[in-house]
Amino acid sequence: MSILKQAKTVGIIAILAVLAGCAGQVNESAQTSSKVESAEDRAAREARQAEFLAKQEAAKTAEQLRNSAMAADTLFFFDFDKSDLKQDALDDLDAHAKYLAADRSAKVRLEGHADERGTRAYNLALGERRANAVARYLVIQGVNRSQIESVSYGEERPLSLSRDENGWSRNRRVELIYQ
Amino acid sequence: MRLFIWLVMAFMLAMPARAELVIEITRGVENPIKIAVVPFRVKSAGAFDVDLARLIESNLERSGQFVRVRRDTMLSLPGPEDQIFYRDWRAIDSEYTVVGSLERDTDGLLVRFGLHDVYGERVLFAERIPGSSDSLRDIGHYISDRIYEALTGLKGIFSTRLLYVSAERRSEKDQTFKLILSDADGGRPQTIFQSSEPILSPAWSPDGSRVAYMSFRGKRAGIYVQTLATGEVQKVSDFPGLNSAPSFSPDGRKLVLTLSRDGNPELYVANLRTGQLDRMTNHFAIDTEASWSPDGRSILFTSSRGGKPQLYMMNVSDKTVKRVTFDGDYNSNGAFTPDGESIVFVHRTNERFHIARMNLKTREIRILTETDLDESPSVAPNGTMLIYATSDEERGLLGLVSMDGRVRVRLPSVSESVREPAWSPFFN
Repeated sequence: MSILKQAKTVGIIAILAVLAGCAGQVNESAQTSSKVESAEDRAAREARQAEFLAKQEAAKTAEQLRNSAMAADTLFFFDFDKSDLKQDALDDLDAHAKYLAADRSAKVRLEGHADERGTRAYNLALGERRANAVARYLVIQGVNRSQIESVSYGEERPLSLSRDENGWSRNRRVELIYQ
Repeated sequence: MRLFIWLVMAFMLAMPARAELVIEITRGVENPIKIAVVPFRVKSAGAFDVDLARLIESNLERSGQFVRVRRDTMLSLPGPEDQIFYRDWRAIDSEYTVVGSLERDTDGLLVRFGLHDVYGERVLFAERIPGSSDSLRDIGHYISDRIYEALTGLKGIFSTRLLYVSAERRSEKDQTFKLILSDADGGRPQTIFQSSEPILSPAWSPDGSRVAYMSFRGKRAGIYVQTLATGEVQKVSDFPGLNSAPSFSPDGRKLVLTLSRDGNPELYVANLRTGQLDRMTNHFAIDTEASWSPDGRSILFTSSRGGKPQLYMMNVSDKTVKRVTFDGDYNSNGAFTPDGESIVFVHRTNERFHIARMNLKTREIRILTETDLDESPSVAPNGTMLIYATSDEERGLLGLVSMDGRVRVRLPSVSESVREPAWSPFFN
């Protein structure tokens, strides 16, 4: 019995030893495999890092674009009975367009206006055409149509009450308002 | 399109507007009828808050066809039962003399009046008119209509009404717009709709029971039809973009209006019962300011399809379009005269905007006004005059001008800037 017991004990020890050895081997092989996978890991980490940096960069750019958009003019003027954009409006509109294209959550409202000359309902249509001219330009520069809302007030909301070309030229306008 | 109904709050209907229009005649016809309206004799205790004789003489004088004989020159002040000494009236150059009285009775009040032909030395007619104390202005307008019709042969317009828009501006974005309904002389102004956003293009239904106009609900423009008696409001359209310039068809069942829901201002006809829309124009230019002809067959509208705003006429049945105006580089906002033979519109000459009339047969144009920034002509239902919007240095005013341009009357407002007048049809 005792021999048997001893044998059993030896056996158990042996099994334990084997198990221990196996365990060691498992550990060893785990370490080996971890070294093998670290290349992918690095790639992923690098990708994550790059993404993070890109995001940071984009945020910085968006921030910059936002700042230049906020510094840009928001009033765009037109000639009598015209809805063509003037050359000097384009730099400011570009600044707004770049920001809006970079930040799809940003939204603008375009309010079209006319001067008091001419009839009111016609001027309402003219104000809309002016707002649409600005909207079209922004869309061509990459802004989504859904980021733009436009409305015409015709001649009902003049900026200036002067009854001369000085006043009228201020009133023939589109106002760009961030929402 | 679905039709929605709102109720305008009752207090809005009852709210009196502050600004009353004051009459100021700038020019009249060469040989106006001289008429003496004797102060109406009050035959019961207590005073009345309307001076009927003043109301009647102001009404008649505003037509440009009459001139009043001043009260302080009258040699006697007879009542309707008194004998009239015609030589006394000839002596002060009165061709016709009106006498009257008013008294309170158990049913309200009773007005009597008579019209005398001084040179013919006879009574043309005498009437008794029962009424209530708040109907005195109505009775005054009715008497004015009777006298006008008897002496000119034309139906009077003194019992008709006006719609116009007033605007009070505190800053560019802080304004109060009111749609106001008043008597034809500007009396009894009532605010029927009020908004901090613009109200434009009020238009009467042919029976005078409803008005259409453009207003904003929130930041969105729409066309609404309001029933005057109940204050009920029906939404006709509030599509994205323009919803503007409504005009009723002569049968009152449809509205022609401007929508830009397809990207560009186009004319549509909306059926007010079914809500069905029929697109009438298809052009990349601006098409707006439509006005239905009295026979219902044509629609006059403004279009920039020729490069500048000009008037065009559409045949409603086949939608074909012909240009109407060729003279000048800005002709817009046209409307028909009640006989359908002429149109009135805004015409620019020498950088100034005036109201002009064109006979559709002869194509002859006559400029009717000489103030500045004249717009929104609306012809009285008897076709003798039109009301229009003009302005002085500070604010918008309303003016009347006869269809030959010879009679001009200014209706300056007391405080607010007024615009967009629309003359009602006859109510009877």
